[in-house]
Amino acid sequence: MQYIDEYRKKELILAVSKELKEISKQPITLMEVCGGHTMAIHRFGLHALLPPAIRLISGPGCPVCVSSQHFLDTAIACSKIPGAIITTYGDLIRVPGSVSSLEKEKANGHDIRIIYSVLEAVEMAKVNPDKKIIFLGIGFETTAPATAAAIVEAGKANLLNFFVLSAHKVMPPVMKALVDDGIKINGFIAPGHVSAITGTTIYNDLPKRYGLGVVITGFEPVDLMLAILMLVRQFESKDPKVEIQYQRVVHVEGNKIAQALLTKVFELKDDRWRGLGIIPGSGLKIRSAFADFDAEKHFTVHVPEPVDPKGCICGSILRGLKAPNECRLFATVCTPSDPVGACMVSGEGTCATYYKYRS
Amino acid sequence: MKTGEEKILLSHGNGGRMMHQLIENLFIKYFSNSILEEQTDSAILQIDTPEIAFTTDSFVIDPLFFPGGNIGKLAVCGTVNDLAVSGAIPRYLSVSFIIEEGFAMKELEVIVSSLAEEARKANVSIVTGDTKVVNKGKCDKLFINTTGIGSVRNENRLISNALDFSAGDVIIINGTIGDHGMAVMSARESFNFKSQVTSDCASLNHLIREVLDRSSSVKFMRDPTRGGVATVLNELAGKTGMGIDIDETALPLSRGVTAMCELLGFDPLHIANEGKVLIVANQEEGKHILEIMKKNELGVHSAIIGRITNDHPGKVVLKTETGGSRIIDTLTGDPLPRIC
Repeated sequence: MQYIDEYRKKELILAVSKELKEISKQPITLMEVCGGHTMAIHRFGLHALLPPAIRLISGPGCPVCVSSQHFLDTAIACSKIPGAIITTYGDLIRVPGSVSSLEKEKANGHDIRIIYSVLEAVEMAKVNPDKKIIFLGIGFETTAPATAAAIVEAGKANLLNFFVLSAHKVMPPVMKALVDDGIKINGFIAPGHVSAITGTTIYNDLPKRYGLGVVITGFEPVDLMLAILMLVRQFESKDPKVEIQYQRVVHVEGNKIAQALLTKVFELKDDRWRGLGIIPGSGLKIRSAFADFDAEKHFTVHVPEPVDPKGCICGSILRGLKAPNECRLFATVCTPSDPVGACMVSGEGTCATYYKYRS
Repeated sequence: MKTGEEKILLSHGNGGRMMHQLIENLFIKYFSNSILEEQTDSAILQIDTPEIAFTTDSFVIDPLFFPGGNIGKLAVCGTVNDLAVSGAIPRYLSVSFIIEEGFAMKELEVIVSSLAEEARKANVSIVTGDTKVVNKGKCDKLFINTTGIGSVRNENRLISNALDFSAGDVIIINGTIGDHGMAVMSARESFNFKSQVTSDCASLNHLIREVLDRSSSVKFMRDPTRGGVATVLNELAGKTGMGIDIDETALPLSRGVTAMCELLGFDPLHIANEGKVLIVANQEEGKHILEIMKKNELGVHSAIIGRITNDHPGKVVLKTETGGSRIIDTLTGDPLPRIC
């Protein structure tokens, strides 16, 4: 299949692996920020192809995993509002909140539907004027423009029953927060699809202020191996910079239309991240001009301060400080069929990935 | 049969005149055979072997119609295949319908007609049945249960017990995987996605009979339905305590299924099939079986996809196309599409 087969060629992967082994001299730690990258690295068994000096750690780029328990508890509370239909992307429904999950609430008779595109929720609002359609907006700059477009569309259609509960987040503040927090890494394998929207200038601070290399890459094994090679080259030549490996998708300026939509509908807010606490300017709040579509403004639900599940080290995992197999719950108490923390739920969560691809 | 706007009413299931009309004009018309036509409370059956295979399955699929089939065809294939992979020759089926009040008669007729056609193809007789109509909202349009009886020859009776495995035995499948699950998913109303994927829904009893008639070395057979190939292989590894190696490059996959799985983040090994059988045999006999299967229209794309091994006991390991390897687990919960 085009755009896949050529990026999975064994000989290319092995050639990059060989070059890495030749040029990699000093120990180097790289963080793959995006959950999709974590998945691909494990799925294609890339660890085995890297020289021992290269260490990869997983970052906070799984949207389901970083959505706070408070958000989930709010979503669950919203599902109990009379006439509400909760619409959500798939993975979220299994994430445990403080006392329940959306999956359990669905079994209790609340109307919770998995959708593939936010525009389905808009359509649902049009044909169910007597229902309140609440879309759970999660994800980074990748999914947020679609939510913005849906809000604009709902505005044009004068819908009074379409709402978004936004837990959308932006990437750069959390990457900086991790470094400020003292995490010891030498470079970022930066997210491909976030960067397709934002462009690459959002990362310019990282080499300048922190001396960290940044390479934006795709999700196929050749992409990832090349990105690692580029980061090792930067590191060995002490020349950290922002580079794009994923040139077939990502450009310096990003997607201007999507950026304009984001700015039109959302503004930055301080936001809660699971395991990381509140990070200034890291979340997307619906602007007051679109307050009619803001579930937080429209509905009053009371959610108690959440308690983190006992023994779960999701926070340290999302910060790249620990690996899943360092958690005493991993693969014993906490499994994909009975997850304790969010990292075990999403297909792109670090724990679920380690579980699925454990050997 | 009247068609057009006619709807199923509660009276169609109340035992009275309308129900008898429905039975006469629809079920007897399509399923006709001498046993059914006797219309006694129980069907009296003849069977040619001392032992029988007996299985049941309920079908609650949404949507009722999908590319490559509908709930009627599926209700036959599912039960026929369960009998066939047990080494039995499927002979008789019962069919029960639970219908939601207001269901379109026209759609019911299409479904009943497909069911009858598939039963004819599979050479099984529908000998008894039941119809219930429930109030609107008390079931989702139409549920079907089929129960099947098959005759079992002595030489085939232990075929699904997975005895006598040894390292080097090969695992064969009769074609592409994941087609049914992806076809059904793409047919869902909410799925705004056009695809060319067609369900593989088919009765496998003739294919399986050809294999069993011409080879006495089949060590195991199972149809990888819900949970996909991965789930059957994990059960097998668990039961036998042997390891299983699967070769990713050998897996038969249609382009449509590959594309949908890439897009949605699914593993085709976890996606349901309704016309596939996994067969284990020793290496030499495996090649012979593969040749037999390839000559059948339901086995044109048959392939050896893996081997039994003494390594990693109880685990299924996929040798990836890029030269790595990873464990393939049983599916947990429903496959959920990824976010981005």
